[in-house]
Amino acid sequence: MAEVAEERVPALSGGMAVAPLRARSRSTRARTMLWLPMAPFFLYVVLFLVLPTIWLVVGAFQDTSGSFTTSNMRSLFQGGNLDAYKTSIELSLATALTGSVFGFFVAYAMVKDGAPRWIRALLSTFAGVAANFAGVPLAFAFVATLGTTGVVTVLLNNHGLHIYQSGFTVYSFGGLVLVYTYFQMPLMLLVISPALDGLRREWREAAVSLGASGQQFWRWVGLPILWPSLFGAAVLLFGSAFSAYATTVALVGSQINLVPIKIGSILSGDFAADPNQANALAVGMIVIIAAVMVVYAVLQRRSNRWFR
Amino acid sequence: MKKARLSPWDIAWLVFAALYFLIPLYGTAEFSLETGVGKYGIDAYQHVIGDTSLQQIDFKDTFPLSLKLAVATVILSIVLMVPTVYWVHLKLPRVRQIMDFVATLPLVIPPITLAVGILQLFQAGSQQSRGPAQVLVADPSSWLLSGPQILALSYVILGLPFTYRSLDAGMRAIDLKTLTEAGQSMGASWFTVLWRVILPNLRFAILSSAFLTVTLVMGEYTMASIMLFNTFPTFMFVVTTGGDAHQGAALAIISLLLTWAALLGILLLGRKSGRRDTQIAGAR
Repeated sequence: MAEVAEERVPALSGGMAVAPLRARSRSTRARTMLWLPMAPFFLYVVLFLVLPTIWLVVGAFQDTSGSFTTSNMRSLFQGGNLDAYKTSIELSLATALTGSVFGFFVAYAMVKDGAPRWIRALLSTFAGVAANFAGVPLAFAFVATLGTTGVVTVLLNNHGLHIYQSGFTVYSFGGLVLVYTYFQMPLMLLVISPALDGLRREWREAAVSLGASGQQFWRWVGLPILWPSLFGAAVLLFGSAFSAYATTVALVGSQINLVPIKIGSILSGDFAADPNQANALAVGMIVIIAAVMVVYAVLQRRSNRWFR
Repeated sequence: MKKARLSPWDIAWLVFAALYFLIPLYGTAEFSLETGVGKYGIDAYQHVIGDTSLQQIDFKDTFPLSLKLAVATVILSIVLMVPTVYWVHLKLPRVRQIMDFVATLPLVIPPITLAVGILQLFQAGSQQSRGPAQVLVADPSSWLLSGPQILALSYVILGLPFTYRSLDAGMRAIDLKTLTEAGQSMGASWFTVLWRVILPNLRFAILSSAFLTVTLVMGEYTMASIMLFNTFPTFMFVVTTGGDAHQGAALAIISLLLTWAALLGILLLGRKSGRRDTQIAGAR
């Protein structure tokens, strides 16, 4: 809008033959002045986000001597690499599911009119902290609680329940699901409660007054409206689990074969591998996350139809 | 119309959630305070903060470094983002879509891959040695890689999603155009308008994004470890995975208290200015 206005002003003021030329140069200058303040930001983003990413992609298609090759990218579909992607996707799916289901039911209970106000305030605050409390300390909190000498493990031992003898260990895939859910569930809670708030009470009242049961309301009104939000939130959770690195490496080291762990160990030189392999693995991650975010954006657009 | 009551199921979910939140915290706190069987004290805290003999990295070096990084990241983010978002709102409203898109990019690109990209880019840059490239590319690149400044610069990108969103919401809530015109009609320069008129009106947005940035920097392990810097989170990693478990628990509690303090700060600010939105710093 502003840009169009600035272009018109000189055109209106100049009536003589030389005017168009002067007007053009003046509008070019106006245009430069308009965009100049944006330069630092875009320069920064190009330097620290765009170029590094492009560099990553270029490296993924190079061999150690710098010539073009597709072998790094092709190796993503083989052996250990393919397994790493599979395990990463499985873990992300599993924790997106546990986090979404758990988070949804808690959020649903929390936003009901019958629930005391303070429960909602307390849970939202707690969720804000827990969603940000990921990484090394979170992993250790679970070790201190459910590790071999963890507080709960010892407590259960004292009562004759030896969970480690019956096969449980926190340093496993299942353990990771348990730990990830600690930041996934609050994330779901925070993302879905506005949507649940938007599920207007009048809609429920209208359905009930027409003779609908609770089940019928959910089948024909509630879920059709909510599903884009629900699914969108689950997709977001998938992405957050897929990118997580610190929590995992602090809990299981390199025992579980996940993509970020693999990238980390190539870079720290734990095993002799071509560093361009790390680039290829990273590009694979970006492709998957990008696909996930596209799905999220589409669903977000759909769910916005009802909440305005 | 009768109110929707809490069913036993709802109560069960709420109780379950409370237990799930609290038990690991209780476990960590208990572990950090335990000094022997049935004995409690703050020995673990004293040791982990004071001890410099055990590891090659210690609290005394890493904690101040992380604090400095946090301050640097906050200042850089504000200096970069406030004028940019202000200008977009005032003069280039159509660019907002592009900004929204750019601000979600750091959520799409996993921190570990960004760390790899930044490291490789500037390593390649520092090897340029022909003609003007030496001064323009190689020297700045080597300087960037020579110290933790590269981390602060990268953290600005990691924090971009919530810094931008917070400022965007803050500016949407005030009448930028009127404020700017009022300032300029009294002869104020752009800088004066920004510094004396816009900034004070954005206190909440700036402070809440600053708190979140501090939380992010004080807990960020991935980039710091890939780039081989000893920050507070990498120290925490060394202690929790290889050192004394009680001290590890003490560090986890310290880290948790920092997160609590930052988020309570945002909450209290929000109550004062009547706004309430919790934000998430992203995956780690």
